[in-house]
Amino acid sequence: MKRILTGIVLSLVLGGVAPAAEIVPPADVPFDEYGSVETSLSGTPGDPENGRALMNKGAGNCVACHRVSELEELGFLGTIGPVLDGAADRWTEADLRGIVADAKRIFPETMMPSFYKTGGYVRPGDGFTGEAAEGELAPLLTAQEVEDLVAYLMTLHES
Amino acid sequence: MKTRMLSLAGLLLAGPALADPDDDTLVINGEIEIVTKAPAPAHLEDVFDTIISGWHYRNDETQAIEADDFENPGMLGVEAARDDWFEVAGTGEESCASCHGEPEEMAGVRPVYPKWNEDAGEVRTLAMQVNDCRTSRMGAEPWKYAGDEMTDMVALISSVSRGMPVDVAIDGPAQSTWEAGRDIYYTRYGRLELACANCHEDNNGSMIRADHLSQGQINGFPTYRLKNAKLNAVQSRFKGCIRDTMAETFEPGSPELVALELYVASRGNGLSVEGPSVRN
Ligand code: HEC
Ligand code: HEC
Repeated sequence: MKRILTGIVLSLVLGGVAPAAEIVPPADVPFDEYGSVETSLSGTPGDPENGRALMNKGAGNCVACHRVSELEELGFLGTIGPVLDGAADRWTEADLRGIVADAKRIFPETMMPSFYKTGGYVRPGDGFTGEAAEGELAPLLTAQEVEDLVAYLMTLHES
Repeated sequence: MKTRMLSLAGLLLAGPALADPDDDTLVINGEIEIVTKAPAPAHLEDVFDTIISGWHYRNDETQAIEADDFENPGMLGVEAARDDWFEVAGTGEESCASCHGEPEEMAGVRPVYPKWNEDAGEVRTLAMQVNDCRTSRMGAEPWKYAGDEMTDMVALISSVSRGMPVDVAIDGPAQSTWEAGRDIYYTRYGRLELACANCHEDNNGSMIRADHLSQGQINGFPTYRLKNAKLNAVQSRFKGCIRDTMAETFEPGSPELVALELYVASRGNGLSVEGPSVRN
């Protein structure tokens, strides 16, 4: 009951008549044959500011492997993956969504983790505790976090 | 879709590693010459031309600490183990020295471990062998597999072989264990799906955030890490690296990590024994 009420209140807050945003679950992401994803995973536009923060935070932690000139102030950026400057010139939004969600579709065998999937792991752990994960796994990033990162990457034009 | 061709340019931008291993040479106490670069052993020829000690990937200050036993804090563990070596323990009223004499007589042992033990019908690490001496010959309690006493003792036994080339056998009865270790090395564990090979084979020389990735060689173990200010057993390092892939780890002493130790040791065949080394 309480949950239903919250749902109603939420959809009212989110604009009343508009249908509540649809989250695409990790198993249902419509990758095309190339590995790109045309449609938003959260139905809510990405927030590039939050995406920028996620580059250096939590399970995203993209700067462990990637450099971005614009983030150089963070110091000690990784050199494993390509420099992401100009990513928005090289890729479409759909490509970037596909890369962040599951980079192994576009780059088979790549070292880059798959951030929006929940299965197929060997000995999945409970965070960084070294213990086995219990129960159902959440993807490394939420649908909205993927969208936020894509929105941030779309700001990276070659200057 | 638009500019897939251009993506190549992005990949090229990553360029060569920014921080290759350096060309310094390591001589400990001005007398023990350490081979820190060597031609890759035959089984690794498709992967590397040269195998390189983790020493080369550390900065000059860290490197210097290892070159002098008075500076190397790992030598305090070696001294502690020297006391244990001569201490009578267990129901047999014996010490390591009762059977083996001076610790220096262990020279030549470290380079060939992990090693097949015919009587036991298993590959044994040095730690397993030490605990076998303690329990079956001395009637003493086993030490914790990667605990301080054990790690100090392995450091003592390593220290007297410094400068000798690592030379573990990978064929004959050890082969199936070696193959099991190799499978583990190439398995992408955890929710980040990373294998040892992703970091230490494909990307050594690169930076993963602030860390300079080495080949992950184990000729320097046990390793005194400035980061946790203690001697670290090799299997504790393995466990830590696996944990960092967001995986359920294996415990030190498990069959998996014993097999992995044999395999990783064999990737360093030809480098000098260097332990106790110093890393950050
Ligand atoms: C463990 C390393 C690693 C992490 C962490 C990582 N990546 Fe990557 N990424 C790579 C590699 C390696 C490639 C190159 C693809 C290949 O393997 O050919 C890549 C490719 C890319 C590309 C396409 C490169 C280009 O500029 O043309 C984008 C965009 C990207 N990553 C974004 C991200 C984002 C966003 C995150 C964090 C949510 C992230 N990556 C986390 C390793 C990583
Ligand atoms: C996500 C990256 C990553 C993975 C995967 C990884 N390691 Fe490491 N490892 C590191 C980093 C970073 C260090 C510290 C810098 C260095 O020495 O390379 C390190 C250090 C080591 C060292 C110490 C080297 C020395 O000279 O002291 C060994 C040994 C090692 N790793 C073995 C392994 C093995 C075996 C595996 C697989 C079970 C593995 N690593 C998986 C990142 C990784």
